Amino acid sequence: MSSPGGGLLQVRGLQVAFDGFRAIDGLDFTVERGEARFLIGPNGAGKTTLVDCITGLTRAEAGSVRFAGQEVGGMREHEIVRMGIGRTFQTPSVFEELSVLHNVDLAASFRRPLRSLLRGRGRVDDSVHEALEAVGLSSVMDNAARTLSHGQKQWLEIGMVLVQEPQLLLLDEPVAGMTKEERTVTGELIQQITQTRTVVVIEHDMDFVRRFASRVTVMHEGRALTEGTVAEVQGDPRVEEVYLGRPRDARGAPGAGAGEEVVGERA
Amino acid sequence: MAASESHGHRGEGAGDGRDRSATRARPTTESPWAGRVWFAVAAIALLVVMPLLLSDFRLNLMAKFLCFAIIAVGIAFAWGKGGMLTLGQGVFFGLGGYSVAMFLKLEEAGPGQLPDFMVWSGVEELPVLWKPFQHAWFALPAAVLLPMGIAAVLGVLVFRQRVRGAYFAILTQALAAAFVIFLIGQQQLTGGTNGLTNIRAMFNLDLANAGNQRGLYVIVAAVLGAAFLLVRHLSRSRYGRLLVAVRDSEDRVRFLGYNPTTVKVIAFSVSAGLAGLAGAFFVPIVGIISPTMLGIVPSIEMVIWVALGGRASLVGAVVGALVVSWAKTGLSEQFPSGWLYLEGALFIAVVTFAPKGIAGLGELWRRRTDDRSEGSAPPLVPSPLRHLPGLSSGRGASEKLEREPSA
Repeated sequence: MSSPGGGLLQVRGLQVAFDGFRAIDGLDFTVERGEARFLIGPNGAGKTTLVDCITGLTRAEAGSVRFAGQEVGGMREHEIVRMGIGRTFQTPSVFEELSVLHNVDLAASFRRPLRSLLRGRGRVDDSVHEALEAVGLSSVMDNAARTLSHGQKQWLEIGMVLVQEPQLLLLDEPVAGMTKEERTVTGELIQQITQTRTVVVIEHDMDFVRRFASRVTVMHEGRALTEGTVAEVQGDPRVEEVYLGRPRDARGAPGAGAGEEVVGERA
Repeated sequence: MAASESHGHRGEGAGDGRDRSATRARPTTESPWAGRVWFAVAAIALLVVMPLLLSDFRLNLMAKFLCFAIIAVGIAFAWGKGGMLTLGQGVFFGLGGYSVAMFLKLEEAGPGQLPDFMVWSGVEELPVLWKPFQHAWFALPAAVLLPMGIAAVLGVLVFRQRVRGAYFAILTQALAAAFVIFLIGQQQLTGGTNGLTNIRAMFNLDLANAGNQRGLYVIVAAVLGAAFLLVRHLSRSRYGRLLVAVRDSEDRVRFLGYNPTTVKVIAFSVSAGLAGLAGAFFVPIVGIISPTMLGIVPSIEMVIWVALGGRASLVGAVVGALVVSWAKTGLSEQFPSGWLYLEGALFIAVVTFAPKGIAGLGELWRRRTDDRSEGSAPPLVPSPLRHLPGLSSGRGASEKLEREPSA
């Protein structure tokens, strides 16, 4: 299933700068409908900035982001979500004071008219319980979200995006800070999600990528360095270079470049 | 109905003892039956016991304080649930008060005549601004709709620019200052510093008559009850949870596809409407409305009621308004100058030691005794400072709440 114009998400010539630092430097990036794309690259490569740009959190200086054929640049965050792009954050951000159920319920209700939101004791949609089931939080759904562990919060956030049925899901480091077991569970969850949805996963951890990715884009210094299967990408000498640093003789002190690049990564 | 509500009840049922921490974050009225009983007790106390016990003078005072409680309910909604610290509620209270007072002054003057103070200032023709207020059908709804409308317009402008926290508080305070300057400056239009005074009758009913005042008291008590139920209903709806979500993480709400501006404008507008409603009743009860009742200091006092009572709790806000107002009357009868210092000291004490106010004291006590064994003292409620950009992230502050002694 391909959409007109090639790709559900089409990023062309994107440029983003923070105080003169080029976080994204003329990036081209395409995601086809139904694809599960992993986005990797060292710190400061511009991965999160790209997601921020697609979702309206950061404004681009130049270039275009088209989703399902429509230009998204300049739209406001909630309008972009309503077009069908959902995202999660590196640090899970859920509504701590609300119960787990109510967190997902709020996410599920985003298309309800205001009148319906103002009504008391609305029925919780079945999709909410399905989402809770999918992320394994049914048993704790009445607990306040702040009582969840870090990993559970990340799952809750994924559940909140899932229930909105977005056409495109952007997951920003979904396994950051998770234990080994949690990583495995999350990986399986993502694999499951990719069966039915278009997903872009930012990941830092190469072990995780090796286990769960099929198609990978490597970003470096605000550009797409290479793209391919995990094996192809791993065999690419340029990838090894950006991850392990340039050879000593090529460019000054080793690791200096990588250290500076951290600036671009959003906290 | 049972089937359709079952999920909702499951959500409410967090208080079944399965998870104490979740229960604690909620107001004590959450359990439907206990809430109803308490509401009935309060209604009987206000509608039956008070009128029997209190003298005409004290009952009239109580009616005034009930007006204040209506304002407090609105502030508890906007500030407690929505995180909007509004220091300009006096403006909305004043708009409501002046709307009704203008109508009553014109009614008193009679058709085609000017209010007394205008005659004294040499005004010969009724100003355009006053004309619509000749009609009850305009003036009375305007007392509520005007504040709501102004709050909505202001809210759209301010919230869309993502002005929040201390900046929003300062902005509303400036609004209160500007409003008072306008009122005082436009002597011939507003009665200046004196305000609109000597309001003696409404719909040809003598407002000095004790029976009429008792009737007004009952109406105000009922209106307070209705305001309470309205805000409680809104707080418990999906919208209410959305409001809390916006308070705690406005940016996250955007990425769920909601526009936080709309969410905040509604709550701010409702709180303004309630302040206007309170002003509308205040005028026939007290017989006067003047700039000194709605400037910066009274506006801050309104927030103090809610802070003392407990902004997270509607009951706390009502109790706070009543207790502080009674204390003020009682104390300033004996120590006229002492009250301001006491009020200030109380406010600081509450913000520092009991951020949930009177409503949170029981909880605070439980927590303290629990902590003695645990050895840590997490804050009960994130400090208001967490809404200030740059001071602390909302997430960090609320994460402290995770350290539940019971968990």
